[in-house]
Amino acid sequence: MSMFEGFRFRRVSSVVHLLDPRAKFFFVCVLFITAILNSKLPPLILLFFVPLPFVLMAGVQREWIRSMRGALFFAFIIFLFNFLFTYLYTEYPQVPSAPLLERSIAMTLRFLVLVESFSVFFLTTSPDHLGLALEQSHIPYEFCFAFTTAVRFVPVLAEEAQTIMDAQKARGLELERGNFLKRVRNYIPILIPLIVGAIRRSLELAEAMESRAWGASEKRTNLYVLKLKRNDYLLVLISVLMLILAVYVWLYIPIPSLTILLSF
Amino acid sequence: MIEVRDLHFTYPTGVEALRGINLTVRDGEFLAIMGQNGAGKTTLVKHFNGLLKPTAGEVVIDGVSTRDASVAQIARNVGFVFQNPDHQLFCETVEEEVAFALRNFGFKETAIKNRVDWALNLLDIKRYRETSPFMLSGGERKRVALASVLAWDPKVVILDEPTIGQDHRQKEKLRQFIVQLNAQKKTVIVVTHDVEFVAESNPQVMLMSGGEIVAEGDAREILTDQKLVAQASIVSPEITQILSGLPDLGIQKNVIDVHEATSILLDLLEVAS
Repeated sequence: MSMFEGFRFRRVSSVVHLLDPRAKFFFVCVLFITAILNSKLPPLILLFFVPLPFVLMAGVQREWIRSMRGALFFAFIIFLFNFLFTYLYTEYPQVPSAPLLERSIAMTLRFLVLVESFSVFFLTTSPDHLGLALEQSHIPYEFCFAFTTAVRFVPVLAEEAQTIMDAQKARGLELERGNFLKRVRNYIPILIPLIVGAIRRSLELAEAMESRAWGASEKRTNLYVLKLKRNDYLLVLISVLMLILAVYVWLYIPIPSLTILLSF
Repeated sequence: MIEVRDLHFTYPTGVEALRGINLTVRDGEFLAIMGQNGAGKTTLVKHFNGLLKPTAGEVVIDGVSTRDASVAQIARNVGFVFQNPDHQLFCETVEEEVAFALRNFGFKETAIKNRVDWALNLLDIKRYRETSPFMLSGGERKRVALASVLAWDPKVVILDEPTIGQDHRQKEKLRQFIVQLNAQKKTVIVVTHDVEFVAESNPQVMLMSGGEIVAEGDAREILTDQKLVAQASIVSPEITQILSGLPDLGIQKNVIDVHEATSILLDLLEVAS
């Protein structure tokens, strides 16, 4: 559950929280694209540090660290697969060598950068703001609503999953026992009540919404309207510059790997 | 025997849920834990089977600290019935559901069959043996959940809000059942808001507020103490309220049982006529 914790919004206010979600999302997308464009370690290390000032400014270090810790397991799997399969199935460097190691680390770091940037986005953007941003981007209201509802229910489901786990443990279920297959099967008693509960909850929600005349008016207006402010434009500007730089570097400047840099 | 020594618990979110609980639950005791929402009742009982481990202090069950045992090991002696049966039901048939814990605890197949029969009989749900638990009514699901815990015959049974969402008849049946369990020398711990339920079953009562124990005593003593009751955000049973609302007629007023109150009032009428 710890990885979900990292995407859970807490109602606090900071410069980062007050930024327009659209500007923030653009920034996160640029980070995303930059991470995808680069496969070498040095720029990825650099990228890893880019969201950190935002984390500090928003004061969400604790949650952020928790989400990174949650991502570590997947990071490890990505590292392992990259290392193993590049070694086994490609011509790449034939022996388990420094370049191979570096490449695997780079791929892992790329994943971490992605998790990191999205985690910052979700930690500092309230679901309401997010929904508002979607609506003002002319996405049909039904989709916006479905999206914000889904985001809103993540913590609820996480809590429910914890209760279910407790209930099954109290009946002697040991999640960490047995071989890999057995461990996967151990999660069936958790998943079934969770899914049944989610379906039941969604039906109840639908009924409650219909009884309150959801979708009755064709044209909706909002109490709050998002407007880009100075800081937002600044962030967009930074993002655009970053994107141009990233594309330029990608097209024209070959980046040496760390192994080569160090061998000088 | 459950011994709780200076138990403190703080959730990872920083909420301090328990602040220095000291408590001993003897074998065969019938204890009701009451108090407002967020008083720490459920947090406390989750320590009794090791689902939560103390931040500071200690919970010792039959001489073993919960820190030194897994939930599964403790659960063998301490059964915990959760508030919402939907949080645990997942099998295709009621029979499988009741057998689930027995399989986890490594019972032999013949023993499992016997115990499932026994538990289904005990809770009067034998006719649903082959039914899917999801097809049952709320009260029946609750009974399946209860059967699935009682099946392994734990020494201690903890029930979290057993009466919530039950109609009066179901509630009364359940109450009698719980009293009966205790009569069979089981330690029964009930977390509840239901004052009438407590008044009718007459357990020891422990009041909690803000993560601390406010008072301990028998049901009559606690539930008729207006100050205590207000402090824990519950109300006295209706019959107690009626009697204490009467002018001073020289009758006993610290009564929680309806039958007792009736005979007191009848006596009064007789004297008057």
